[in-house]
Amino acid sequence: MCLAVPGKVVEITGDGELRMGRVDFSGVTRQACLAYVPEVRVGDYVLVHVGFALSRIDEQTAMETLAALAEIDALDPATEGES
Amino acid sequence: MRHVDEYRDAQRVAAVVRRIRETARRRWALMEVCGGQTHSILKFGMDELLPETVELIHGPGCPVCVTPLELIDRAIAIASRPEVTFCSFGDMLRVPGSDDDLLKVKARGGDVRIVYSPLDALRIARQQPDRKVVFFAVGFETTAPANAMAVHRAKAEGLSNFSVLVAHVLVPPALEALLGCEDARIDGLLAPGHVCTVTGYRDYEALAARHRIPIVVTGFEPLDLLSGILAAVTQLERGEARVENEYARAVTRDGNPGARAMVEDVFVVSDRTWRGLGPIPRSGYALAPRYAGFDAEQVFDVGAIAVREPEECRAGLVLQGRLRPTDCPAFGTRCTPEHPLGATMVSTEGACAAYFHYRRAPRAVAS
Repeated sequence: MCLAVPGKVVEITGDGELRMGRVDFSGVTRQACLAYVPEVRVGDYVLVHVGFALSRIDEQTAMETLAALAEIDALDPATEGES
Repeated sequence: MRHVDEYRDAQRVAAVVRRIRETARRRWALMEVCGGQTHSILKFGMDELLPETVELIHGPGCPVCVTPLELIDRAIAIASRPEVTFCSFGDMLRVPGSDDDLLKVKARGGDVRIVYSPLDALRIARQQPDRKVVFFAVGFETTAPANAMAVHRAKAEGLSNFSVLVAHVLVPPALEALLGCEDARIDGLLAPGHVCTVTGYRDYEALAARHRIPIVVTGFEPLDLLSGILAAVTQLERGEARVENEYARAVTRDGNPGARAMVEDVFVVSDRTWRGLGPIPRSGYALAPRYAGFDAEQVFDVGAIAVREPEECRAGLVLQGRLRPTDCPAFGTRCTPEHPLGATMVSTEGACAAYFHYRRAPRAVAS
């Protein structure tokens, strides 16, 4: 039930409580309420749960997380010597 | 899919698993709280990748599973009324009540509909003013802002034919109850990432300090889960007990202030009974008094409800992390998704359903 899926905001209409948007989930586009993410702009990624965007995915933080994971991989003895 | 595929890279998964293996020198039991995480773990076979030193215990984070039988029976009674259009998330329809389930009400001609969002139920209420539209408002903190918005909009628009049957529960009080048990054997917690998008994780800091256990806010993809496990094991090996956020791309310490404000406007914290866990003080939401006119329990008088739990179902122990689904004598034989004894076998977040769908059924092999 707490499933939330990341998607890209492609259109925003209305404002305040009625702020809605179209969100693209890898080619499938759905309406979502954007009232809870007033900072979100077209092109941002949001996490959508039962038709509501609950948070904006922070690109900078995502990059840092992925860099940390890449570092674990790079230091892993099993992958040393590759690439 | 962006922000999904990057967290499923097989080589990186193997590297993080090896790091966990090197780090865990003693045996540790971690509870992943959310049923969505349980399903990810089983679906991607992560329980089998982990070293023997790390055991995952599945938590009670399945709202459908912990909705008390009395409320399921009440939903069935309301949905059976001819003037009612009963809207629910799909999960709820096959949860067994004392005698029936919502799907059988639909089969008998009841107007029971599966909706994707509470806003869909609101739209039906607008389009069909002669019908009494009831939405089964089930969920944890993640779902509360959506359900709160539906009620708030209904009031703003003067929709008098819309009401909600509220079954909202809160994660921290349930964790407090589980950790407070004398025989609790949980060394660390993976906190539910999507709940924390709304609430943030300040409440978990108090919990970590009080019970001296590490709590790691964790996402749902394989590398998210493994990062959470690695962080928890690292803390345990160092003797630390604090809250860490391993889902920082989506979660901040304070959560979503707008969503929380709407929830606080529409709901008040209330005592709740959890199916399988029993009554827990201040562990759920009820509608705030000014929204009482939208409370389906008050709108529809269905009388007293006498419940009968199936004797053989051991879902309560599964929800407390005390019984692995495959250790239940009825698992996969007298209890299957087609003929469930309890909600944990039908919900998309139920641990029994996860074990059944992802091959953990102990099957008799014909020789």
